[in-house]
Amino acid sequence: MKIEHLVTMANQIGDFFKYFPNQAQAKIDIAQHLEHFWASSMRDQILAHVIEHNGAGLEPIVRDAIKEHISSNQKN
Amino acid sequence: MDDIKYSNTPQHDHEHSRTSYDDQKDYGTPASQSDVQITLTIDDREITVPEGTSIMRASILAGINVPKLCATDSLEPFGSCRLCVVEIEGRRGFPASCTTPVAEGLIVRTQTPKLADIRRGTMELYISDHPLDCLTCATNGDCELQDMAGAVGLREVRYGYEGENHLKAEKDESNPYFSFDPSKCIVCSRCVRACEETQGTFALTISGRGFDSKVSAGISNFLDSECVSCGACVQACPTATLIEKTVIEHGVPEHSVTTTCAYCGVGCSFDAEMKGEEVIRMVANKNGGANHGHSCIKGRFAWGYATHKDRITTPMIRKNIHDEWQQVSWDEAINYAASEIQRIQTKYGKDAVGGITSSRCTNEEVYVVQKLVRAVFGVNNVDTCARVCHSPTGYGLKQTIGESAGTQTFDSVMKSDVIFVIGANPTDGHPVFASQMKRRLREGAKLIIADPRVIDLVSSPHVKADYHLKLRPGTNVALISALGHVIVTEGLVDEVFVKERCEWDSFVAWRDFVALNQNSPEVLSLVIGVPAEDIRAAARLFATGRNAAIYYGLGVTEHSQGSTMVMGIANLAMATGNIGREGVGVNPLRGQNNVQGSCDMGSMPHEYPGYRHVSDEATRKLFEAAWGRPLSNDPGLRIPNMLDNAIDGSFKALYCVGEDIVQSDPNTQHVTRALESMECVIVQDLFLNETAMFAHVFFPGATFLEKSGTFTNAERRISPVRRVMTPKNGKEDWEVTAALSNALGYPMHYKHASDIMDEVASLTPTFKGVSFKKLDELGSIQWPCNDKQPLGTPTMHIDEFVRGKGKFFVTEYVPTTEKVTPKYPLILTTGRILSQYNVGAQTRRTKNVEWHKEDLVEIHPHDAEERGIKEGDWVGIASRAGETVLHAKISERVQPGVIYTTFHHPESGANVITTENSDWATNCPEFKVTAVQVTRVSQLSEWQRNYQTFSEEQIAFTGKKPEASEA
Repeated sequence: MKIEHLVTMANQIGDFFKYFPNQAQAKIDIAQHLEHFWASSMRDQILAHVIEHNGAGLEPIVRDAIKEHISSNQKN
Repeated sequence: MDDIKYSNTPQHDHEHSRTSYDDQKDYGTPASQSDVQITLTIDDREITVPEGTSIMRASILAGINVPKLCATDSLEPFGSCRLCVVEIEGRRGFPASCTTPVAEGLIVRTQTPKLADIRRGTMELYISDHPLDCLTCATNGDCELQDMAGAVGLREVRYGYEGENHLKAEKDESNPYFSFDPSKCIVCSRCVRACEETQGTFALTISGRGFDSKVSAGISNFLDSECVSCGACVQACPTATLIEKTVIEHGVPEHSVTTTCAYCGVGCSFDAEMKGEEVIRMVANKNGGANHGHSCIKGRFAWGYATHKDRITTPMIRKNIHDEWQQVSWDEAINYAASEIQRIQTKYGKDAVGGITSSRCTNEEVYVVQKLVRAVFGVNNVDTCARVCHSPTGYGLKQTIGESAGTQTFDSVMKSDVIFVIGANPTDGHPVFASQMKRRLREGAKLIIADPRVIDLVSSPHVKADYHLKLRPGTNVALISALGHVIVTEGLVDEVFVKERCEWDSFVAWRDFVALNQNSPEVLSLVIGVPAEDIRAAARLFATGRNAAIYYGLGVTEHSQGSTMVMGIANLAMATGNIGREGVGVNPLRGQNNVQGSCDMGSMPHEYPGYRHVSDEATRKLFEAAWGRPLSNDPGLRIPNMLDNAIDGSFKALYCVGEDIVQSDPNTQHVTRALESMECVIVQDLFLNETAMFAHVFFPGATFLEKSGTFTNAERRISPVRRVMTPKNGKEDWEVTAALSNALGYPMHYKHASDIMDEVASLTPTFKGVSFKKLDELGSIQWPCNDKQPLGTPTMHIDEFVRGKGKFFVTEYVPTTEKVTPKYPLILTTGRILSQYNVGAQTRRTKNVEWHKEDLVEIHPHDAEERGIKEGDWVGIASRAGETVLHAKISERVQPGVIYTTFHHPESGANVITTENSDWATNCPEFKVTAVQVTRVSQLSEWQRNYQTFSEEQIAFTGKKPEASEA
């Protein structure tokens, strides 16, 4: 899938959670949303984008959420 | 007597079946809901009934059939026919039993020589102005007038037929479905009252006085009148005056089977009245839990598609979409499809295949498709068309209140004091429920509407919205936050409810958020386009008007913030304590018949039946044990993901059942490019739909009349679909899926759809108590149905939310990226129309096209004038995604800057212009907001011209002649 497309979708998810008062929780929620609703191929792709390109185009909170939580929670 | 404790609330439906109450019988007047019991004597029989019951109803309940013509128990008594007169000891005269209520100790006689005399005299007058063609009349044997002539012993008519009469009155045959023959009319006013009380349209009236009195649909004929062809008048007519043309043509039906409508999410119960294997008419079932004997033009009349010549009934295969179709046997088609799936999975990997189910399928069909995908394909790549309609409802309600479903029963609206309709158009989309809502509004409930367009409910006979918040498309979340702001800052929160029932911390976060000045109506009114004082007034009315209920539709969900808005709605209901009892609640109006059910059945890529996530260890083990196959714990691909992957080359085969993604999904050219990139597209449908034109395998499907199963409506009501005729294609749809599974080496051993429901019940806690046997007994069941609620659950979240405590969410307004610019200065929004259904595959193949032959684009006079566009002009609509051309309809229903169209005809290409922008949580497309420009043009768009050529070629490949949609 086009990475620009995934970046847009991830940022949209971030746009919902970033207004939560507890930012640490917001990051967990962003990551959990990706885990619960994105196919692993999509998660792998955006994770690689974060690792290889420092998540270019991603909102900081989304990038951090992926960096901090997706890598550690990666299944299979 | 037990049967006399009858109440028409649906919760008590089940009680009828256990008593001697005959639910098919006409008791003359509606039931009384009073708890006070009254005892009286009728024809020497003592009887006890609720206070307020008519003497007529009490008599019929006691087994005494009082003659009647103008009375029927779906309508308030009228007292005009004078046949039901009785004598009451100690009272003078001969009162009409329909309009006289019971009283303690009354002694009533229904049969005396004097009464017989009066009745005979009355009948004689009726018959003196009625044609005596009973033997050749269409209702011969099914006519109340005929029955009553017999009942009163009419033997002669002394007046002769020489005098003035109505026998030569001209028929009105304008309506394609029913005929109006005024020569047979007895002016009982049942049709007029049905139009008012049952349907709420007030299209009919009695014009003239005395001898000149006649039923009139207004200045012209039925078709050109305000009549919406709901059929209520036809059903109410006691003679052959208003009658279905199919009955005139074929005669009176000989047997009847109760089944469930396959159109919208109201899920009306119908009696399919048959002659052998032929449907003669569909009659609304008076015991239907969702419709109580009412219907709309689609369910009652638009079923002719089942035998339409366009139906494809033989399986077909082809190697390439530019080849002709080859008709083959079922075995050959199934084996070819199976071999292709195996080939593709071997070559490209397991993940290269997936399935799409539809809300037009039964629960049982959806269940077996998702089972096939998960257990046999070995992936979770299964999705359903709720993706493009109500997926945000599933997500938003699960997050806030814990269950992905509406909280109420439809009848709950009769206890609402304030009705808040957001982004829904019930009179067109959910007409039978709209009639019930209008009944409550006529009783005095207040109405708030949030909609960019002036829908019929804003102002119609005896209904007027107290507030129409005519917001700009795409600003729902700003509106819901502004409403929350008023409720919080003006002290209108139901704190007792919130403290007891909700997570307090989440409430505090929400409260502090909406209280910010940036969320005040004064600040946001510029964004929303609605005056701040209207927003304040609506919020106050909602919060303080006692029982307030929210009804919403796709105008809420089909936005980039669709899920946020659903959560915002739940926030509002919780903050004001409007959830967990009758009369209130959060009510998603589901577009199609089985949106709720197809979601319940695990048709989304991330969850099993009963909304349990695929990563949930215990659930997965349960299904692995039951199905005997290892299952993936990873969410699968959603429809748009499948399409994207297809274009990238990693998704190669699709099994698409009952769904037409080419017509109903956004950015048509993207969808068709994706399908062209696949190696095996398998479509199972009634017709060669738009998606099938890109298919390699076509499995012919069965209509709802040809199969057994269940549909689950918007109020979680599971209703039986019963097979009334043999499938023309040879198989019920679940049998096709099972055969494909067998061919793939995983036998499915179901003998009947009921076996599938038994499996669902054994694996899904909310369905534990559901079975076809119980559905036969109860008529319908609202889930959850389990040991605790063996008869189902009309109202949810009564003492606690399904998730425990309700959870509030902060709902920041994030404007859509689909912005208006000088190049695309207008917003296109979409909707539907009463006579058509979804992609129109069914309704376009009925006479409903007489009401809506083509999709039009509504443009405000101001925008039209600026562009030199006049009524009926060809108008080009261009967006960032594509361009199409429609005829213009100049209308002030839309606001300046907004245009509107429907999407019922494929050649309209409404989705050629919609974009892939989607809801952040669920990827539900933002159908309701597309930035466009419109210009006057002289020819169809390039896409439309190509479409025409392509579709003609594709239809020719089937061996059928291409023909415009018609009945």
